[in-house]
Amino acid sequence: MTESTLAKKRAAWHIKLEPRLEEPSTKLTLGVTLGAVVVALVLGGILIAVVGGNPFASYLHIARASFGNIGVLSDTIVKATPIILTALACSIAFRMKLWNIGAEGQFIMGAFGASAIVLAPVLPAEASRWLFIPVMAMAGMAAGAIWGFIPGYLKAKFNVNEIISTLMLNYIAISWVNFWIFGVWSEGGFQMSPKFPETAWLPRLSQYAESIPFFRGLTTHGGLILGIIAAVILWFIVYRSRWGYEIRLIGDNPQAAKYAGISITRNTVWVMILSGALAGLGGMSEVAGVVHRLQTAPIAAGYGFTGIIVAWLAKLNPLVIILVSVLFGALILAGREIQPSGVPKMIQGIILVCLIASDFLLRYRVRLVHGEEA
Amino acid sequence: MDPIIILQAGVASGTVLLFAALGEVLTERSGVLNLGVEGMMLIGAMSAFSTTIATGNPWIGVLVAMLVAGLISQIHAFIVITLQADQVVSGLALTLLGAGISLVLGEGLSKAGTVSLMPNFSIPLLSLIPILGPIFFTNQSVLVYIGYLLTPLAWFYINRTRPGLHLRAVGEYPSAADALGINVFRMRYFYTFVGGMLAGLGGATISLAVAPGWFSELTTGGQGWIAVGLVIFAQWDPIRAAVGSYAFGALRRLILDIQGPLTLFGFDNPFYYNPYWGFFLQMLPYAFTVIVLVIGSREAIRKRLGSPAALGNPYIRGERGK
Repeated sequence: MTESTLAKKRAAWHIKLEPRLEEPSTKLTLGVTLGAVVVALVLGGILIAVVGGNPFASYLHIARASFGNIGVLSDTIVKATPIILTALACSIAFRMKLWNIGAEGQFIMGAFGASAIVLAPVLPAEASRWLFIPVMAMAGMAAGAIWGFIPGYLKAKFNVNEIISTLMLNYIAISWVNFWIFGVWSEGGFQMSPKFPETAWLPRLSQYAESIPFFRGLTTHGGLILGIIAAVILWFIVYRSRWGYEIRLIGDNPQAAKYAGISITRNTVWVMILSGALAGLGGMSEVAGVVHRLQTAPIAAGYGFTGIIVAWLAKLNPLVIILVSVLFGALILAGREIQPSGVPKMIQGIILVCLIASDFLLRYRVRLVHGEEA
Repeated sequence: MDPIIILQAGVASGTVLLFAALGEVLTERSGVLNLGVEGMMLIGAMSAFSTTIATGNPWIGVLVAMLVAGLISQIHAFIVITLQADQVVSGLALTLLGAGISLVLGEGLSKAGTVSLMPNFSIPLLSLIPILGPIFFTNQSVLVYIGYLLTPLAWFYINRTRPGLHLRAVGEYPSAADALGINVFRMRYFYTFVGGMLAGLGGATISLAVAPGWFSELTTGGQGWIAVGLVIFAQWDPIRAAVGSYAFGALRRLILDIQGPLTLFGFDNPFYYNPYWGFFLQMLPYAFTVIVLVIGSREAIRKRLGSPAALGNPYIRGERGK
């Protein structure tokens, strides 16, 4: 403790850091997290003001344009749906300290895999919805899983840094989809595939408006149900299954896991496959629920990266992810109309920076102590 | 499809990667992993371009870019050195933050038109050397020549000078360095700053020399991440980083040029007649980065080489075994 004796000589008052030995309480975690978000919004507001915008108007606009009425709330949920699935994908990998930042690419490949069922075509256009949707979901998950398997295998076998390999695969996925929609599946030379038959769409609430008038015009689609089911299943895997225990142990203490006879390489590959499959399901939900065709811009819109922040903000808890995703869905939905256009992205970045910085308060007790008693 | 032209342009565009990779080598050698290179490059490219529009002087643009990117790197430094947070997540956050800020501040810059760029010139005598002269010393940007000087300088600094020895000590065995009276925290802040400045210089090299202009996130297009990958391939050695950077630069140019001619090796050029096949070419730099990583990682295992021992770990005074 030479440092504190030195400090004692220099100043009567100084800041003392005590590592917290116990897990921080839920209340403290919640308080610190909310505090970080508030600080982030203030900092973001200052930056908006610096470039000549009005931060109050911007934030008010975000709130009104995303939660103002049932119609926009439904649109917010539509934006939240892909984020739920990409955030779940990130959360399971991060749990094992596997830095899968390729959810974006796995999401795009999932969209491609699901589209291939319609466009190849694997199933004829007359096939029923009951056949289309499950097959598309499986194809999307399989394509995403392959895109997760590659970096997982390279990590397990050659110790290749997964951050860079997953990121590179994101760019490759975009080129891959572009190849198909500019060439083979291009509709009349446009950079998009033909529209899917309606049997390949995930059902929307508005389709049931005839029997339930309240649903008129609501865009929320079946992908939300897929996301919620996935979150519940993932919660059980992480907190209630043997496999989840292994994953958490590897993440917290790989050395102990090794001594307990848990294979890190095998889990690396399987967790990346699961992570990729979840993101791939997100891609399927987006093409079948919203875009209804394969097209690069609306699919490669950064949902994979938002998923990273949402997973972190939710402390990797699958059920909390659902709630946080809705908030970020609101930010993205309302942010489209805000000038300058980079504002939502910037706010996301600031939120993540503040969150990471605030973790310090969860790991250490910061006390102002008088020099004499230290 | 003139190989000399491809290599000449490759050296120019490889200079972008070179600056970013050299900066990351220095940062990582001090034990700090900064994955925010892409974000710092975007900030650098944007501030270089907008400063040059405002002042008309590209040199000021380059200096401002280095300063701004260096300052933004200090956010990462504070989070991981002082607050001891996870370096991976913080670096990722820095990339998102850098991209977001440069998008907001760079709004409208893409329509700004032309600005004065960094000067190009040839080196007398050296440019007369056959093959090497036209590739390396003819009509290159002044930044390219700075890259030639910086590479051996960085190597010499790391391996042959006393501050370089301290740098390596801090990255390999910080508690020993601390015992010798080296200020580990200050050193890590400093080299994170240097890494940020060089990433900013890389960004400025794009917007003021290699591919002038501001095209939002497409300005860098993942080159910051390729640079991070190159550092692993280079085994934290500046000379190897330079070789890798120029090779990647040449690959980028080759991809552009291969789509032009009507025939390739006597066959109809598929990339000319079906342009969408070109998307496979566009995948190549990213695919090669993965391949290069596999090579680098295997070599590291075989030679028992490794990353700087303390890379990614916060230094906490008084803790054993760090």
